[in-house]
Amino acid sequence: MKKIYLDYAATSPVDSLVLKTMSPYGSQFYGNPNSLHSWGQKAREAVEKSRQIIAKYLNCLSEEIIFTSCATEANNLALKGVVKAWKEKNLKLSPHIIVSPIEHHCVLDTAKRLAKEGVEVSWLKVDKTGLVDPKQVEKLIKKNTILVSVMDGNNEVGTIEPIKEIGKIIKNKKGKGIYPLFHTDAVQAIQYLSLDTKKLKVDLLSASAHKFYGPKGIGFLYLKKGTPIVKEIEGGSQENNLRAGTENVSFIVGMAKALDLVRKNKDKEVKRLEFLRDYFIKKILKNIPQTQLTGHPKARLPHIASFVFLGAEGEAILLYLNDKGIGVSSGSACTSGSLKPSHVLLAMRIKPEIAHGSIRFSFGKKTTRFDLDYVLKVLPGIIKKIRKMAPKLKIGK
Amino acid sequence: MSLYSQKVLRHFRHPQNMGEMKNPDSKVQVGNPVCGDVMQMYLKIDKNKNGKEYIKDIKFQTLGCAAAIAVSSISTELVKGETLVEAEKLNSQKVIKSLEGLPKPKIHCSLLAIKAIKKAILNYKSRTIEKAKAK
Ligand SMILES: Cc1ncc(COP(=O)(O)O)c(C=O)c1O
Ligand code: FES
Repeated sequence: MKKIYLDYAATSPVDSLVLKTMSPYGSQFYGNPNSLHSWGQKAREAVEKSRQIIAKYLNCLSEEIIFTSCATEANNLALKGVVKAWKEKNLKLSPHIIVSPIEHHCVLDTAKRLAKEGVEVSWLKVDKTGLVDPKQVEKLIKKNTILVSVMDGNNEVGTIEPIKEIGKIIKNKKGKGIYPLFHTDAVQAIQYLSLDTKKLKVDLLSASAHKFYGPKGIGFLYLKKGTPIVKEIEGGSQENNLRAGTENVSFIVGMAKALDLVRKNKDKEVKRLEFLRDYFIKKILKNIPQTQLTGHPKARLPHIASFVFLGAEGEAILLYLNDKGIGVSSGSACTSGSLKPSHVLLAMRIKPEIAHGSIRFSFGKKTTRFDLDYVLKVLPGIIKKIRKMAPKLKIGK
Repeated sequence: MSLYSQKVLRHFRHPQNMGEMKNPDSKVQVGNPVCGDVMQMYLKIDKNKNGKEYIKDIKFQTLGCAAAIAVSSISTELVKGETLVEAEKLNSQKVIKSLEGLPKPKIHCSLLAIKAIKKAILNYKSRTIEKAKAK
């Protein structure tokens, strides 16, 4: 059977060139980059060269890149570390942070944890397309606001947030000071959007290699020089004394290689995926009745096409598609483990019974129009079959 | 997400007793407050040769996940042909066992089909009592 992977927003295959670049750093150049001998130096060289490649991509200094085990760790470090640094210096004024409600769980739950620990958290609102209004950020900033966290592009519905505008507002509020800091989770956006840290005016930015054809279990945090932060993982003084633990040399090398490959092909790939995405969205909406696009119609990541199919449950759609060799994901309550519909869809004021039928298709470098045509051929039948199984209900818009 | 047993997948792919029923003796709808699943159950009741009422035919319609669909399918299979007294004994353990297990977060799905069947029987009984009174 034909196999069509359309879940690149969940993870992507490691590029074969990336694997090749990584492979000597297993048993050939195995030194600890923190050792002073030649073995160690060889590894250190590789780590620092990788750091440079990533820094160049983001238009920042090498020393501003901190390697972490993944974006989840980077996001935890960003939020908790900034709060801790403030608390250590400002015993009287308790900190306030502003967070968007459509963040990935690793930001969302970290913010909730901080709230439990006494940090004042303001949750932004998004509109029906998932957009944050920069003016709202402006209104919420107070004297004790130390951090604003808004993702670049949403992983479930693909909406691209106005990071540049928010960055400008925060920059103005800062004046000559450091606070509020601006953090963005760029996990989905990094390989497609222009992420010049100078232009975006962000202080912290997180990413994960496995979303851009690098290995799983490696990521980084961009941390603007001079940003007060306290490390989460205690131990050695690695990573500018901000993340203890021996660096994962081969994965770091792989991540840098993957990002470099992405950079070389970026403009072309963005155009190609945008074309495929728009083609697919148009056809789906035309061929399957009672279907809505979720997320913003224009300001959306090139690789994400997400829908709700009214009167059909997402997990059932996902599994029937899987039977046809197609891999997708769903934000339906039934697929979530917690049995709650996706917080992203709820924040966009999509009713739970509508969120029930959510499906995300996400594309990548192996996706072709041929693949999408196959999905377009089998999906209407699947939706029809599932709807036929269901009682006739009135599902409101 | 835990994985489904082969049996669950089989019932999900080929649900038994699925669809609408014309002129049912009982029809009920139940909803799952946990995840938003909705299920409709239809019964056709007759008397067997011992004069006991039994489920002659049963049909379901479910808007829900693979577990909910598989559970609907197996539960209707289990009670079809049973007397009302027997059918009312259906329980979660029996359904789960017949499906060769269900992932933990999905166990609540199994309760829904059982609830639907019991409610449909109850609904039938109260209607026959009313009819008897009317006579
Ligand atoms: C937007 C976003 N942030 C963070 C993460 C977490 O990445 P990782 O699991 O690699 O830590 C993901 C991945 O699912 C994501 O999509
Ligand atoms: S119907 Fe939603 S988890 Fe079962």
